[in-house]
Amino acid sequence: MPKVTVDGLEIEVPAGATVLQACELAGKEIPRFCYHERLSIAGNCRMCLVEVAPGPPKPQASCALPATEGQIIKTDSPMVKKAREGVMEFLLINHPLDCPICDQGGECDLQDQSVAYGRGASRYDENKRAVTEKYMGPIVKTVMTRCIQCTRCVRFAEEVAGIEEIGAIGRGENMQITSYLERAVTSELSGNVVDLCPVGALTSKPYAFEARPWELKKTPSIDVMDAVGTNIRLDSRGRAVLRALPRINDDVNEEWASDKTRHAVDGLTHRRLDKPYVRKDGKLVAVSWAEAFDAVKAHWLGEAAVLAGDQVDCETMFAARALAGSAMLEGRQTGLTYDTSSLSAVNFNTTIAGVENADVILLVGSDLRREAALVNTRVQKAVRKKGAKVFAIGPVTDLTYKVEWLGDDLSALAKTPKALADALKTAERPAIIVGGGALRYEGVHGAALAFAKKYKLVREGWNGFNVLHFAAARMGGLMLGYAYDGGIKALAAKAPKLAFFLGADEVDYSLFAKTLKVYVGHHGDQGARHADVILPGAAYSEKSGTYVNLEGRVQRGERAVFPPGDAREDWAIFRALSDVLGKRLPFDSLDALRAEMAKAVPALGVEGLANYGWSEPKLSATVSGKIADYPVKDFYLTNAICRASETMQRCSAELVHGEEFLEAAE
Amino acid sequence: MADAAHIPDEAETRAKWGNFAFSPDTKKKADIYIGRYPAGRQQSAVMALLDLAQRQVGEETKTQGWLPVPVIEYVAQYLGMPYMRAYEVATFYTMYNLAPVGRYHVQVCGTTPCMLRGSDDIMAACKNRGLVKGATTPDGLFTLTEVECMGNCSSAPMVQINDDNYEDLDYDSMTAILGELADGKQPNIGTQLPGRHTVEPYGGPTTLKAMVDKNHDYRGEW
Repeated sequence: MPKVTVDGLEIEVPAGATVLQACELAGKEIPRFCYHERLSIAGNCRMCLVEVAPGPPKPQASCALPATEGQIIKTDSPMVKKAREGVMEFLLINHPLDCPICDQGGECDLQDQSVAYGRGASRYDENKRAVTEKYMGPIVKTVMTRCIQCTRCVRFAEEVAGIEEIGAIGRGENMQITSYLERAVTSELSGNVVDLCPVGALTSKPYAFEARPWELKKTPSIDVMDAVGTNIRLDSRGRAVLRALPRINDDVNEEWASDKTRHAVDGLTHRRLDKPYVRKDGKLVAVSWAEAFDAVKAHWLGEAAVLAGDQVDCETMFAARALAGSAMLEGRQTGLTYDTSSLSAVNFNTTIAGVENADVILLVGSDLRREAALVNTRVQKAVRKKGAKVFAIGPVTDLTYKVEWLGDDLSALAKTPKALADALKTAERPAIIVGGGALRYEGVHGAALAFAKKYKLVREGWNGFNVLHFAAARMGGLMLGYAYDGGIKALAAKAPKLAFFLGADEVDYSLFAKTLKVYVGHHGDQGARHADVILPGAAYSEKSGTYVNLEGRVQRGERAVFPPGDAREDWAIFRALSDVLGKRLPFDSLDALRAEMAKAVPALGVEGLANYGWSEPKLSATVSGKIADYPVKDFYLTNAICRASETMQRCSAELVHGEEFLEAAE
Repeated sequence: MADAAHIPDEAETRAKWGNFAFSPDTKKKADIYIGRYPAGRQQSAVMALLDLAQRQVGEETKTQGWLPVPVIEYVAQYLGMPYMRAYEVATFYTMYNLAPVGRYHVQVCGTTPCMLRGSDDIMAACKNRGLVKGATTPDGLFTLTEVECMGNCSSAPMVQINDDNYEDLDYDSMTAILGELADGKQPNIGTQLPGRHTVEPYGGPTTLKAMVDKNHDYRGEW
């Protein structure tokens, strides 16, 4: 642990730290553009210059200089000040002064740092360089004249997203950042380059010219587009959520978010259910709340079935369960029937951050990249940085890293192919990831558990058995008992008189022909189309909610805006309905509800990783057949919110279906 | 507008070069280059392979060759690297041609030493022969490019035409060289001054004269 002196302050820094990190540890702010904690070091912006002794008598780039014993670092000397002013002046030579029309204005590193470290005025009166715009797809807007060539986007694309489609072409003054042949960047994570860009060269296309950062109300929330539970910040103005940005959480999403997380928010203002409806003579008619409640009451026999969709929060599921008072609960909309007697056997036990340390990974019927893009970046990190080996059973698909495909025959689970068996022999931290979609095949769950037992995937300090869900509500639902023995078909066979559908849009509604279908949700999608009564609820941005992500992490999001029109928060709907049905629920506020919920399921009362222990259910391990396909057919259109989003529709058309769009002439 | 050279990626380029593959001869050379690097590091051979590909394109088109996008992609594929990475290399180095050139690629050095020694006359000679900077003559013979220092300052001014250097030029010798090339003849390469061989001092040494024939110890004279 070397000791260094920063501006007269002696501190000890971890071995391998850079001078920049040492300065930060000492509490000194070092301006930078190209350096980023999660990317490799480039050292090409020169903004982080400091004076270091011993060394050459000139300022040095602190980001690329290792801190060594006895260094004396100065960050406030006249030399450093002059060097920063010089670098800033060079950077601004070709940077246009178009801040008033630039979307980055107000949250721009260059703007802030030129105020803090620049000279204040320019001495340059030659012509500036101009660069043509590049096309990078429907998410990223480019104004390349503003680019200062920090190459953060290039490094992100290669190191995190795993797609080497962004690069720097040309050299010297002619160097330009571009996507390959200006084609759309085919990554689910392309939106992150917008956050990474320290200037306004890469900005968000759907959010272009919408708002200034200081106008926005910022609300911490949890994403519900997939089961990762990305920590996000919803930026809203008035009643509209204008954008979603990731918050830093090293255990979950680091500081990334998928494009769906970021840009499905425009779907929150389209196709919304803002009035209660009741089906009269085969047609849905807008009614008052009282009338809608009466329609439900007419079919109320003291209990009801509840089917939860993919995006509901635990509070809603708990309130519905409390009202319905039955054992007819199901959350696995598409009809999965896997065993849930042990939650640890359907959990992502390795944890999202932990999977980075795995050395051999077997994927079973999981298209990780589309089902959980941010888990995929972890696996890709394990492969790229730590040399992990990945094997996969299922149809071949591009996961951005090298995968040894073992074919789509599931029998490989029982009879391990030699390559995999050899790799497992020496593996210290082996893991299996069973896709939620693969669980529909008979025996896969049992065979995977047997596989885990055979190769000791669960050992001291390491649990390598993982099931990967892709619905934000899944783990919370399972904790609240939303799993009916035999799945949705068995539940439908009981022919419930009344059933609540909590934002359930993927259910086969024909199974419930004789049931009064009450849809409690926020979008006019599949569920609303088949419903007999619609009670308009709140989307994830409009309610405070508890979500459990695929690794069993309990997280809370807050309300950013109010639901539109007559729509109400879902738990309040059930509370009001309970009065009408004569079965008053014992909570009048969200806090009281949460207290009740914590009483029923204590783990839901504590934020953080829930402890499921480890127990294996006894399941048949005989398995046969082939994995036909993956459950996520179209990454951009997986739920009601993104189906209502114009941005997601455009992404789907262009990136999944390969449609070509002409850029409008300016 | 300081914009990089535009690589044509039109359908016709794709149609013409989409099936590009190394000839057996080129392939043999390519594998030698790849063999010089440890297994798994074959990408290091990208520059040599791009050059080979450019030469093969040159042979096929009877020009100096260039790198159409499908050819760059072929090389990238051959080395198992992403297209973008090969594309970056091809755009970085000026000796990879990103647009078709003529049979003779005339690269006139215009950097300071050559300019002081009269590279303007060389440019004038080219211009009078109908060469235009950045373009190919209508007969497809010459493409003229102005380049930066090629490291022949002691025999400035110089031009590089295809793989050969022509040095110590003036207006007349440059005109003669272009004329000979147009006639299908091979001019003398290297210095054009009579009596000069390489870059030795012209007209005999002016310093260290005692060293010409034998070793001489100057130390006593200081």
